[in-house]
Amino acid sequence: MKPVPFDYVRPGSLEEACALLAEDADARVIAGGQSLVPMLAMRLARPARLVDILRLSELSGIRNGDSRIVIGATTRQATAEAHPLIVGKVPLLKIVMPWIGHAATRARGTVGGSIAHADPSAEIPLVAATLEAEIVVQDVHGQSVIAASEFFVGPMVAAIPLGALVREIRMPVWTQPRIGTGFHEVNARHSDFAFVCAAAQVGLDDQGRCTACAVGVGGLGEYPIALKEAAAVLIATTLDEAAITDAVEAAMAKVDVFGDLHASADYRRRVGGVLARRALIDARRSALDAAQ
Amino acid sequence: MKVELSVNGGQRTVDIEPRKTLIDCLRDDFGLTGSHAGCEHGICGACTVLLDGEPARSCLIFAVQADGYEITTIEGVAPAPGELSVIQDAFCETHGMQCGFCTPGMVMTATAFLKRNPQPTRADIVEAISGNICRCTGYGQIVEAITLAADRLARANMPRGDQG
Amino acid sequence: MSTASDRLRYVSSTRRVREDRRFVVGKGRYAADVDVKNALDVALVPSPHPAARIVSVNADVALAMPGVHYILTGDELAAATNPLMNGLDTPEVRRYPLAVKQARYVGEWVVAAVADSRARAEDAAECIEVDYDPLPFVIDAESALQPDAPIVHPSHGSNTLLDRTFVWGDVEGDFAQSPRQLSFRVVWGRSATVPIETFGVTAVWDPWREMLDVWASIQMPKYADQIARAMRLPANSVRVHYDVDVGGSYGVKRGIKHTILCGYLARRLGRPIRLIEDRLENMRAGDAHGPDRLFDVSVAFDNDGIVRAMKMCALDNVGAYAGRAPFQLGKPIGAIVGPYKIRSVQYRAQSVTTNKAVQEAVRGFGQSPTNYAIETAIDKVATVIGLDRIEVRRRNFIRKEEFPYLIPSGTRYDSGDYHTVVDKVLAHADWTALQAERDQLRRDGLLAGIGIAACLEPSGGNSTFEPLLNPKNNTSTWMESCRIHVDALGDIVTTVHTTSSGQGHETLVATVIGEVLEIEPDLIRVVRPDSLESMPSNSPVGSRMAIMLGGAAYHAAQKLKQRLIRIGAHQFDVGEDAVVYSNGGVATADGGRRLAWVDFVNIAHRNWHLLPPNTEPGLETNHVYQVPTGGTLPTPDGRVQMYPCHSFEFHVVLIAIDPDLGKPVIRRYVIGHDCGTVINPHIVKGMTLGGIAHGIGAALLEEFAYDDQGQMITQTFMDYLLPSSCEVPEVEIVHHCTPSPFTVLGQKGSGECGYLGAPAAISSAVNDALRPLGISVAKLPIRISALGDAIAAARRSHNP
Repeated sequence: MKPVPFDYVRPGSLEEACALLAEDADARVIAGGQSLVPMLAMRLARPARLVDILRLSELSGIRNGDSRIVIGATTRQATAEAHPLIVGKVPLLKIVMPWIGHAATRARGTVGGSIAHADPSAEIPLVAATLEAEIVVQDVHGQSVIAASEFFVGPMVAAIPLGALVREIRMPVWTQPRIGTGFHEVNARHSDFAFVCAAAQVGLDDQGRCTACAVGVGGLGEYPIALKEAAAVLIATTLDEAAITDAVEAAMAKVDVFGDLHASADYRRRVGGVLARRALIDARRSALDAAQ
Repeated sequence: MKVELSVNGGQRTVDIEPRKTLIDCLRDDFGLTGSHAGCEHGICGACTVLLDGEPARSCLIFAVQADGYEITTIEGVAPAPGELSVIQDAFCETHGMQCGFCTPGMVMTATAFLKRNPQPTRADIVEAISGNICRCTGYGQIVEAITLAADRLARANMPRGDQG
Repeated sequence: MSTASDRLRYVSSTRRVREDRRFVVGKGRYAADVDVKNALDVALVPSPHPAARIVSVNADVALAMPGVHYILTGDELAAATNPLMNGLDTPEVRRYPLAVKQARYVGEWVVAAVADSRARAEDAAECIEVDYDPLPFVIDAESALQPDAPIVHPSHGSNTLLDRTFVWGDVEGDFAQSPRQLSFRVVWGRSATVPIETFGVTAVWDPWREMLDVWASIQMPKYADQIARAMRLPANSVRVHYDVDVGGSYGVKRGIKHTILCGYLARRLGRPIRLIEDRLENMRAGDAHGPDRLFDVSVAFDNDGIVRAMKMCALDNVGAYAGRAPFQLGKPIGAIVGPYKIRSVQYRAQSVTTNKAVQEAVRGFGQSPTNYAIETAIDKVATVIGLDRIEVRRRNFIRKEEFPYLIPSGTRYDSGDYHTVVDKVLAHADWTALQAERDQLRRDGLLAGIGIAACLEPSGGNSTFEPLLNPKNNTSTWMESCRIHVDALGDIVTTVHTTSSGQGHETLVATVIGEVLEIEPDLIRVVRPDSLESMPSNSPVGSRMAIMLGGAAYHAAQKLKQRLIRIGAHQFDVGEDAVVYSNGGVATADGGRRLAWVDFVNIAHRNWHLLPPNTEPGLETNHVYQVPTGGTLPTPDGRVQMYPCHSFEFHVVLIAIDPDLGKPVIRRYVIGHDCGTVINPHIVKGMTLGGIAHGIGAALLEEFAYDDQGQMITQTFMDYLLPSSCEVPEVEIVHHCTPSPFTVLGQKGSGECGYLGAPAAISSAVNDALRPLGISVAKLPIRISALGDAIAAARRSHNP
């Protein structure tokens, strides 16, 4: 399983990288390679040139933005997992990290790589969709900001314009006094891509009423989706189980799901709902625990 | 395309196609056939080497990307010809292998893991090797090997009376 | 004869497995490591259609690419070689390494590209244009039997390779007289033991020596013979190198088509030719798939749960070509009643062709699927009568004092004590506490079940399933050999005449010889001569090597010991019964005079004048060992002694299932294992744990799945899921030893241990968990989604 022949170039700057992408429609970006290289090995990806951005300092690092945490695209997943800004301010990303691949793939794989790969059941895209993150793409003309809900458009298809690359991911920071998170996935083996997964983040006020809610499900179909209606309905409730169940059931009845060898459409819809419910219940509990 | 790689403490320069993976470069160009290609799509872990001490699947890296790291392969683990590292010896003591094909990858993963987590629980060990597939052993004796190695490494610098 | 283990010095001790030392430093020598200079690499062009006529091949673009040396089509190869051997008498089912005129499964190799490197060969293969005319195809075995089914090999006349019904005993009478009957179907999905190393081969042809040298990752009886036949070479022009480490095989590394392909190209091009399968070639077309089987079973039993008779129909989908796979329906005949005293059996073995990839041999050679069917029957008998599943088994088990026990199909089981193994396992597992644990899990809202399986591991190999299923085959010899050479300095060298894939054969043979000669095994060097230098062998199949290599080594060592006794007695001028051998030396009975090892070496190698008459100089012995209890051919009604020895395993598994998710999780796994005398405990433990891991895969994770367009969906490890350390629980092994009366040390085999019973045990546990819902599963692998959907449907029907 050897890739097709390609040229390899390692630009010294982001500007140079964008120029290379602009001049060659058959050029592709490579960073950690954990998602891309298998595609190359199977000859499903057939670039004429690989532009290696892994060592561009402009693309790495995690910083405090304006009510957001900004994650450079080439930040390793393992780095993000342990970073104090993620641990402290993007707890939903923190809790999914151990579920992603294996230590060896997280050491090398990047946050931006997972986002760009856009696997419908991947954890980082799910968090981005759930929290309504923004993805910043850059090309020779400059930057543009794409909402997560518009970024993931199909299975393994991200709305990255031709000639552009993912520059950074901006994860919203919640400021509620009590924040809790929950995440569940089902797979045949630990660390496989999930059949279906669900993530939830909630904010509670001092009376335990929900003031902010986000819940998303991955693995259902074409891309991870935020269940916005369900989240909206749960605001101002105490996130009791009945309210959660009703909200999730109503939302799941409306989503498009697909079936394949690993899981039927019925399974995905039903279990997606189960996991979303559990994630919300866990989020509520962890928000209450955090307050103690 | 030329690239200079640092492998097991020595510098080696090679002129290869960019599409050549690190595993193929190590095996074909450097004659380091101890690392094995089991799947070429990053799942089995038989190709595991260390980059700056961290396990990496060498089938998912192109050789031209691998400059600037300290690459350690299985050939760089034994302390001297005819000798075994503590971890390698522990694998022999518990028979933590059968056909040996996944073993170099397992040993590399274990070597990095025990540096990071010198007093692991069984669950820690199981998680640590979950990215290395073995088809022969069912993992039981591999977990025993890593457990034994952790114990021996911990005792290595203790005075005899403290070793219990 | 068996040897009491308390007198054993090296056998049964936990000595290190010597092979481990080279593996742990990365110095194993695998097929892809064999560095033959100037070699060219091969890549294959796969068929995209399940069935299609090959209209034309255009390789102009490929041949013009840099580094591309040759493009080989099936027509050229078929003209120059004989078809690969079939096991059954099916001459119209011809198989060549490349498709000839017609492709018969998706992925089948149609054209081979040969280039300077594997990468360039793949580049060339992509550019070869093959024009196909698609044909009707059939994927499902039952459909393949329909009168209007497309026929995979039209000149064979049908898709049926084998359809034979055996009747042993008064089956109809037993059914008529039994108060109760039940019938069911179970399905064993297509999976295999998929080693991490793919198949690889390098072939070199020397036209001046007229020698074909082969290095391959091989586990295949009569491999060199098959190469010679296919390539129309004398067998002594084929030299297979056995000093190649095989990266796992568990039955599947048969590689004969890969080897003929490379052998032909080596002769044609005058260059060494190398084919290292990539994972796609391996999964789709490596000819390494396993049984794909429907079982329809009926049992006749009484109200005490005694099973008198069984009818079993086994319909196996071998894929597009025959090979050895149909024999996987024959080997289980040697243990067709499992560990039970079932009196009569009717067994219908059907093997059909479809447009799927080719099935060859998988660990157990059909025994594990058969055990799954038998154990399901026993569980159902228990459920119907309302008896405990273990109690039903106890009542039906052959009893310890009844061995050797003749089963209806003609095999005599050598020894066993199934009741004691069960007692030991239940005591170790604390059966009462285990049931309480299951009940607590149920109270916690989970589905929970305990699975039971009691199975035999026939061991020792013996190819009597060949003449059983093919009347033109009259093979009754199934041998193994060992040679011992003591050199002029007194150092010992012994031989293994086959490749190994992790079974520790070097350790095995040194241990046995050390035991007989009373010499430290680590002093014994083990080498692997090539096939021209080797004595007869039949490869490590059928859990045979402990018995057969152990037996050959034992007898060769005994011959050497006898020679030393003879030489010693001659020096002391006394009878051979007046001297005692110990630790490599010989002494008079009173201990007054003694000769040491070094003295014998000197006498034998240098002092002809001191040798007894009619003694060859030097210290060379060897032994060719026929399989114990073997040597007979089947009777006309299909009765025959199959394998000599029968190890026993008893599995107890606790599984919990979150009913909302449908995912089974193994909470506890206990196995009782009796393989007679254990030669090396580390090796046997490894086989047991590894076999269980394979069984977990077959039961819960692994399947070569085809869609209704005949496309294989599971082409990589992303979809074909191998158990990782997280999926295999910590297994508790409980030992027992009933030695075999037929082997040199009482040893039985253990190469297939764990795999033979784990799928049955896991299915049993899942069904025990589902029992309160009134549903059950009858197909392996048990997919999470299917289980989840079935649970959801059952809950809806209980709470509409």
